[in-house]
Amino acid sequence: MRKTLAIFEKEMRHFFYSPIAYIVIALFAVITGVFFYLYLSSFVQAMIMDMIRSQQFRTTPQKFNVNLQLIRPYFWNLALISLFVLPLVTMRLYSEEKKNGTVELLYTSPLTITNIVLGKFLAGLFFYIIMLIPTMLFMGLLFVYGNPEFLPVVSGYLGLILLGGAFIAGGLFISSLTENQIIAAIGGFGLALLLWVIGWAANFAGPGMASVLNYLSVINHFEDFAQGVIDTQHIAFYLLFMTLGVYLTMRSVESIKWRA
Amino acid sequence: MIQVNALTKYYGEKAAIDGVTFQVQKGEVLGLLGPNGAGKTTTMRILTCYMPPTSGDATIAGFNIWDEPMEIKRRLGYLPENPPLYTDLRVTEYLEFVAKIKEVPKDRIPSAISSAVEKAGLTDVVNKVIGHLSKGYKQRVGLAQALLNDPDVLILDEPTVGLDPRQIIEIRELIKALGGEHTVILSTHILPEVEMTCGRVVIINEGKVVAQDTPDGLTQRLKGTERIILEVKADGQQMEPIFSRFPQITRFQLEDSKNGVQKYVVETTEDIRNELAKAVVQNNIDLFELHSESLSLEEIFLHLTTKEEVA
Repeated sequence: MRKTLAIFEKEMRHFFYSPIAYIVIALFAVITGVFFYLYLSSFVQAMIMDMIRSQQFRTTPQKFNVNLQLIRPYFWNLALISLFVLPLVTMRLYSEEKKNGTVELLYTSPLTITNIVLGKFLAGLFFYIIMLIPTMLFMGLLFVYGNPEFLPVVSGYLGLILLGGAFIAGGLFISSLTENQIIAAIGGFGLALLLWVIGWAANFAGPGMASVLNYLSVINHFEDFAQGVIDTQHIAFYLLFMTLGVYLTMRSVESIKWRA
Repeated sequence: MIQVNALTKYYGEKAAIDGVTFQVQKGEVLGLLGPNGAGKTTTMRILTCYMPPTSGDATIAGFNIWDEPMEIKRRLGYLPENPPLYTDLRVTEYLEFVAKIKEVPKDRIPSAISSAVEKAGLTDVVNKVIGHLSKGYKQRVGLAQALLNDPDVLILDEPTVGLDPRQIIEIRELIKALGGEHTVILSTHILPEVEMTCGRVVIINEGKVVAQDTPDGLTQRLKGTERIILEVKADGQQMEPIFSRFPQITRFQLEDSKNGVQKYVVETTEDIRNELAKAVVQNNIDLFELHSESLSLEEIFLHLTTKEEVA
């Protein structure tokens, strides 16, 4: 545990000693901020239009729900942006060690592969949570000026963290396969995108295949969280996905050692 | 302390090392000598449990590399050929990390770091970012890293590469001082290094152990040939008839010729300096210098390794 923590701590240092972390955090904050502004503006505009219309035609104004019409699509948006940004977080996690030869230090120290891989995975996940903090401030504004329901926001973030964890586990696996960070980033992005759109392919597959593809699609499992429903089935899916990613990374690390 | 038994490692079809066998006693400094690509690094990587051999085994500090690699790693300090450094960390941060993963008890970490820093001569740069250090200092950080857990066994892969002459001397002194307390294996292709630091040498070429002995012993072994350096004031072929009079001379060669002074390297089967001197003087040739030279390890090395290539 202490050694896993040592790896975790080292990875966090790498993140924050290099400009990449700040660029990624800033990029994520700006993009999610712009989208927040756009979603909020169109929500407010729709509300104003409805008010004007209801006064003109003497009808009762529609009910507008912040959770349903603003927060929920915004969570989807965050998930999509995470898909693009997370490969930048995972790309260097393993490949840099391979490139610099520091794997020789790790593999000749009394560390288990679990120590190494888990430490790196947790560091990636923690970094993602830090990335999400600015978006929590945006959400906070809604609570200051409006009256949204709190729990769906919590479930949305839980879903995001689980989804992010799945992307990070996949990205870490790809990163362990190569010593080239660019390849790791592209591979991680490709894998995440593939798992995202796989559900779409389900529309054109036979009934048996469709259910498999739908299950595999990482994004299908996100839907309930965005709506404010916490379903253990989906939590289990993401946990399983992360375990699989971490497990495959461990096996890939081990096999490379034997092949060397 | 270290027993290496018929280690063999194949990379695909090619054997990087083939049946490497040697022993190292506790407190000994052993030099692994061989040209580039001879299998030194492969041997070391197997001993450090970085990768398993194709066949054969080794025992380090009583633990087998197959059965208890963790126990070996706990007792090991390893400096790979390229020091495994995180260039974005500061020296102290890096050493702290290494101490943690090497299971140095928490309360002993500060003292372990300061002692390693002192041994490796890093006191002036402890707060610098590793990436900003010179090659020599980076190498020392690598060495400090290997010393952190006060290991029983130190394995150093070309520890003096890239250092300036003064640093090389310092590192060699350090390695020599480490012997006794620690068991050290170091690899190098620089021969004076072995002569200066090691108690015993294992020469590897093309994956096979071709000789193992003390540096002195190896020199002795090739003592069959004696080399005589001869400087005379002579011109042209004047010396050749004199040389041909001695059946003991196996080979002679004109090394240098400056201002009429010729320098010959003469290889003989026995020491004939006295007779040679007499013969030179009797022929009215001015004698400038005459001395015998024992083969340096460097030459033994060439001897041993070039033989393989010819065969």
